[in-house]
Amino acid sequence: MPRIRFDSVEKRFGQTMVLPPFDLDFDDGEFTVLVGPSGCGKSTTLRMLAGLEEVTSGEIWFDDRPISRLEPKDRDIAMVFQDYALYPHMNIAKNMSFALRLQKVPKAEIDAKVAKVAEMLGIEQLLGRKPGELSGGQRQRVAMGRALVRDASTFLFDEPLSNLDAKLRGKMRTELAEMRNTLDKNMVYVTHDQVEAMTLGDRIVVMANGLVQQQGSAEDLFKTPANKFVAGFIGSPTMNFLDATLVDDGGTLTAQGPGFSFALPPSMRERTAGLSGPEVIAGIRPASFALAPDDAPAGSRIDLSIKVSEYLGTQTILVTTCGDHEILVELDSGARFQRGTTMGFVVDPETIMIFDKKTELRL
Amino acid sequence: MAAAQIKRMTPYMFLAPAAAIMIVGLLYPIGYMVYASFLDWNPSQRIGEADFVGLRNYVTLLNDAAFRESAGVTLTFSAIVVVVEMVIGVGLALLLDRNIRGISVLRTLFILPMMIAPIVVGLMWRYMYHPSVGIFNQTLKEWGFEPIPWLSDSGWALTSIIIADIWQWTPFIFILALAALQSLPRTSLEAARIDGASGWQQIVYIKLPLMMPVLVVTALLRLIDSFKVLEVILVMTNGGPGLSTEILSLRISRTASEFRELGLAAAMSNYLLLILLTLTVIMFVYNKVVESRAQAIRQQAEEA
Ligand SMILES: Nc1ncnc2c1ncn2[C@@H]1O[C@H](COP(=O)(O)OP(=O)(O)O)[C@@H](O)[C@H]1O
Ligand SMILES: [Mg+2]
Repeated sequence: MPRIRFDSVEKRFGQTMVLPPFDLDFDDGEFTVLVGPSGCGKSTTLRMLAGLEEVTSGEIWFDDRPISRLEPKDRDIAMVFQDYALYPHMNIAKNMSFALRLQKVPKAEIDAKVAKVAEMLGIEQLLGRKPGELSGGQRQRVAMGRALVRDASTFLFDEPLSNLDAKLRGKMRTELAEMRNTLDKNMVYVTHDQVEAMTLGDRIVVMANGLVQQQGSAEDLFKTPANKFVAGFIGSPTMNFLDATLVDDGGTLTAQGPGFSFALPPSMRERTAGLSGPEVIAGIRPASFALAPDDAPAGSRIDLSIKVSEYLGTQTILVTTCGDHEILVELDSGARFQRGTTMGFVVDPETIMIFDKKTELRL
Repeated sequence: MAAAQIKRMTPYMFLAPAAAIMIVGLLYPIGYMVYASFLDWNPSQRIGEADFVGLRNYVTLLNDAAFRESAGVTLTFSAIVVVVEMVIGVGLALLLDRNIRGISVLRTLFILPMMIAPIVVGLMWRYMYHPSVGIFNQTLKEWGFEPIPWLSDSGWALTSIIIADIWQWTPFIFILALAALQSLPRTSLEAARIDGASGWQQIVYIKLPLMMPVLVVTALLRLIDSFKVLEVILVMTNGGPGLSTEILSLRISRTASEFRELGLAAAMSNYLLLILLTLTVIMFVYNKVVESRAQAIRQQAEEA
């Protein structure tokens, strides 16, 4: 398996800069997920890797081999497309064996490989059908099968699950996660869904506006996001952001705003020392809130008035307001919550993140 | 009358004018022609005065060597122009289906011949084929070759009109093929590139098979049209030399105007009509089959 490296790769369409020069480094045999909102350049990155889109400048390396000028077929890759891109006029067996037939692999060997992959994906009974005769989920499997039969060193996926309904998507996600463990391949997977990214990726690359925001494991991204964008993008329900002012309150650093005042851990004093002003953004994950015990000191609690309560079974999501801010709170579904009431909550100081208001970097 | 009944009648009322025009403008002349083909009818007679001769005209035609030769010329002409135009037209479309600077200008240039009036095309080519001052023979002379008797030799005349027709009608195939190419599923072609298909293999294994339904209909349309070609050949050779370029439509017009055999001309028209009708029905049935198969498949997929 080659190690894939992007070396100041840049992409423009005509005059439009889509991806300013960036570096990326994928480890051998790693499952890498590119995740980001729609239009941020994930597909373009993947397509440059596949050879479907030219690199404007920079170079892509497979180990020590420059590949950015190679035809797709010379890159030893297989790809699964969002719309599956099956060949409508060929039956499923022919679809899956197309690449092998072009390589003039002996027929017996082709049949054996197709049969093996078809069995693995549970599509043996579909081999004689045309793509138009399959349901969406079956087509998705065939597209996967076509890539697997190839036995390429690197697999590329461009939002392969986004055209499936929610239930099927969950199932396929699990199967993909299993497949990742059994296949020793490089996989690069593009999605806009952070849940997919978190569950599948060994390494997750978060992109926005053509820029790589951060890369790391799911845990890294969740616990130590580099900036406000990553903090807001990873995790569900999304993180709450509150405009706050840093105030030294009798020796304790606190983040204060209309209706709240959170004491911050001592380590924060050092980290925020370089700031030009006291204005910051405080980030609090919905799950960091807890109902305030009766004896909670007044300084550490925040009063939130409940607008909507969404019961999800084990959890309940509360949409609440605090002054002008809308705040999401995630709680275990023990207590009952009345719309319109105001309740007190506390937050563990260690879980509060502080972002520079100007650069939006986490401090 | 119940309101529901009126409602049911409404569509037919809207259809009535169109139906009337069709009956007056289409069915009446055809019926007239079919009736005339059973008559021994001279243009100086009124239709009522002509003798009814049953199928005699049709039988006469089958035994008429000149008619059979004319039919042969038509079939040869049509077969050759359709095959050559399909090959060149589709080939050009495959070649020009890419985003290069100036390609749209080139595409527009390619379809110009189709937009020129047939009479003008005929005159233009007659002039270019002129034995002494035509551009072809001038050029041949300059290069030191013998001039070619383009239109005056019975061996060359058919080739010459075929060349002119190819020039005029290849663009028709070209634009339809190009439209078909550009509506192919783009990602399937990308998948083929990743699967290792060379440009040529993409054409053979993906593009052509996917374009096939459009190409079949295009070829049939062109075939039907080539059976009816008249003006260009009329202007260029008027069927000569001898009968070498006398296609059916020319023979029909000569039978009516020169030989003054209206009944015979009508019978000949009906033979031509029969051939065209057969082709049209084939095309119609083909379309229906493709459509219903696609629908059945879609239904199956949705139920699954
Ligand atoms: N062929 C193209 N020509 C011009 N702009 C394009 C082209 N393809 C993509 N773009 C632009 O590049 C940006 C990134 O697109 P894409 O990589 O498809 O985003 P994503 O896959 O992350 O949703 C978008 O703004 C899109 O409009
Ligand atoms: Mg995309």
